[in-house]
Amino acid sequence: MKTTNRAVRSPGGLSIRLDVRALVVVLLLLATALTASVVLIGTGDFPIPAADVLRTLFGQGNEGQEFIVNELRLPRVLVGLLVGASLGLGGALFQSISRNPLGSPDVLGLGQGATAGALTMIVLFSGDANQIALGALVGGLVTGLAIYVLAWKRGVHGYRLVLVGIGVSAIVTAVNGYLLTKSDIVDAARAVVWMTGSLDGRDWDQVWPLLGLCAVLVPLALCNARGLRMMEMGDDVSYALGVRVERVRLLLMLAAVLLTASATAAAGPVSFVALTAPQLARRLTRSPGPNLLPSLCMGAALLVTADWLSQRAFGAEQLPVGVVTGVLGGVYLLWLLVTERKAGRI
Amino acid sequence: MLVESPPEQRAETAPAPPTRRVVRAFGLVLAVAILVLVAMASIAIGAKELSLGQVWHGLFEDSGTYGDVVVAERMSRTVLGLLAGAALGLAGAVLQALTRNPLADPGLLGINAGASAAVVTAITFFGVTSLSGYVWFAFFGAAAVGALVWFLGGSRGATPVRLALAGTAISAALYGYLQAVMIMDDAALGKMRFWTVGSLSAATDSTIEQVLPFLLAGTILALALARPLNAMAMGDDTAKALGADLNRTRALSMLAATVLCGAATAACGPIVFVGLMVPHVVRSFTGPDLRWILPYAAILSPVLLLGADVIGRIVARPAELQVGIVTAILGGPVFIYLVRRRRTAQL
Repeated sequence: MKTTNRAVRSPGGLSIRLDVRALVVVLLLLATALTASVVLIGTGDFPIPAADVLRTLFGQGNEGQEFIVNELRLPRVLVGLLVGASLGLGGALFQSISRNPLGSPDVLGLGQGATAGALTMIVLFSGDANQIALGALVGGLVTGLAIYVLAWKRGVHGYRLVLVGIGVSAIVTAVNGYLLTKSDIVDAARAVVWMTGSLDGRDWDQVWPLLGLCAVLVPLALCNARGLRMMEMGDDVSYALGVRVERVRLLLMLAAVLLTASATAAAGPVSFVALTAPQLARRLTRSPGPNLLPSLCMGAALLVTADWLSQRAFGAEQLPVGVVTGVLGGVYLLWLLVTERKAGRI
Repeated sequence: MLVESPPEQRAETAPAPPTRRVVRAFGLVLAVAILVLVAMASIAIGAKELSLGQVWHGLFEDSGTYGDVVVAERMSRTVLGLLAGAALGLAGAVLQALTRNPLADPGLLGINAGASAAVVTAITFFGVTSLSGYVWFAFFGAAAVGALVWFLGGSRGATPVRLALAGTAISAALYGYLQAVMIMDDAALGKMRFWTVGSLSAATDSTIEQVLPFLLAGTILALALARPLNAMAMGDDTAKALGADLNRTRALSMLAATVLCGAATAACGPIVFVGLMVPHVVRSFTGPDLRWILPYAAILSPVLLLGADVIGRIVARPAELQVGIVTAILGGPVFIYLVRRRRTAQL
């Protein structure tokens, strides 16, 4: 196998290892995400050619285009990019911590927990969009904390984390079902749309908090990637190599929970992006370890592309983006289960 | 100390001493008595409270008083709870033995989700409205997902984690499908949001009539599998040496679990954790012999289900908490306890 690792040395003696293939993948994914964003901004009841979209983004468009692009479609696309990136990164962190390709936030019940918070707001308090988002954030955090505490037994990792997550998820799902039966049919319809994950009507109010959180959490996660990579070799080995295992794990789990919960607060529990993005990224980079940055870019590219599909693929009827990711994710999941089973990794 | 084998293995290899068998048989009678009591409670407790005298009157001297009408109403609900509870408990016990997986449960393995997705499809896209129509869809869905989970997670070196993950992942995919259907169709939403939580409140006599044959057939099949499943518990090679037909036992076990779960889910909606909890409790006092586990599970599972149903009626008065929600809230902590108790190495 051709090695793609290169060491880059600066004159001062500092050196970093550069995975050329991973770098190419990251750049390609970024290009895909940005291209899809431009196409998505141009798509809608008033189609705008890609060239005009770009011109408008750089402040050279006419007034009508300015309004449509900057006020209506750009925030939606930015929310999509940020949500996808957060989910991709959160999924990569969780899968690495649980050492299981299926140990993603949606399987572990974080999405369900955030949904419970949002449903409480919708059903019991008839809350507005901001209150729903806050409810989702709190619900996701509380669920994450509960999973961590319940899985704690001289450390948290691996199978116990996954199985406890499944148990918590089952309880929260039941609570959600109950809240749905308590609501009147109008609230229920609103809740179901929210529960599927949708980017409809997102504006700048959703962009800024997400951007702020990402600005803090993404560097935090990337800085700890080394420790995470070592932890995949086992707790004892990484402890011997000088990684403070439980501290790094707690920090990264907290980051992953926050990322997932804030993404869910902004767009609802968009299914399967957190599950699929890290796996697809890993297959493209062919590199072991958590693959955090590629997963992040993959998540953003996936979600924006899925949003474009959801607007175009079903004719006049527009479906929420979560339906598209759900269908694609289901197909992908079967494939993953079959191949991983053959390799004996699940 | 090294020579002595653990108690449950001893029970497996040596026939139980006569006194122990008497104790177990007596316990079975006791279990039936508890079941009768819970069933009475299920008839007596609700929006309108009935005295035991009124229940008795309604059951045996039906003369059309208001109390008697209430008894008749709650009767079908209670009978369905009995049947569905027994079905889920048996299915759980059989699945746990078959997969040698202490965490197997029809709900966790996605079998309920398969049945649900098929029923929703039947209602929404094929316009099937009667239970007798969609019970076949439920079987098909349960069987398809059961086979898939078995193929993906279980056929080679099944670990509890693998099976649970395969089941959860497939459930998640089917859940997404359910949601898509509910978004597109408001009528389906109105109907499905009550059905998908699992409830006994819609039970009628005709519901029972329609699922009874399937539940009886599944129950008899499950009970008949006790001996071959016992043999399989000793390992594939030993079982073969004892003359058990492994493939036939596996196929029949899946068939029994599918029929039981499919019919129960079609009638009550998806109910999780009953099939997980009861066999565990039972195993703790019967030991690993399925000839005892299965009958106990069949009697004590309805105790749990009816008990959960009664609790659901008491805590949310004057409304009620659907039984599927109560079992999930009771069962989740039990599941987490079981996960925590085992060492990671054993999973």
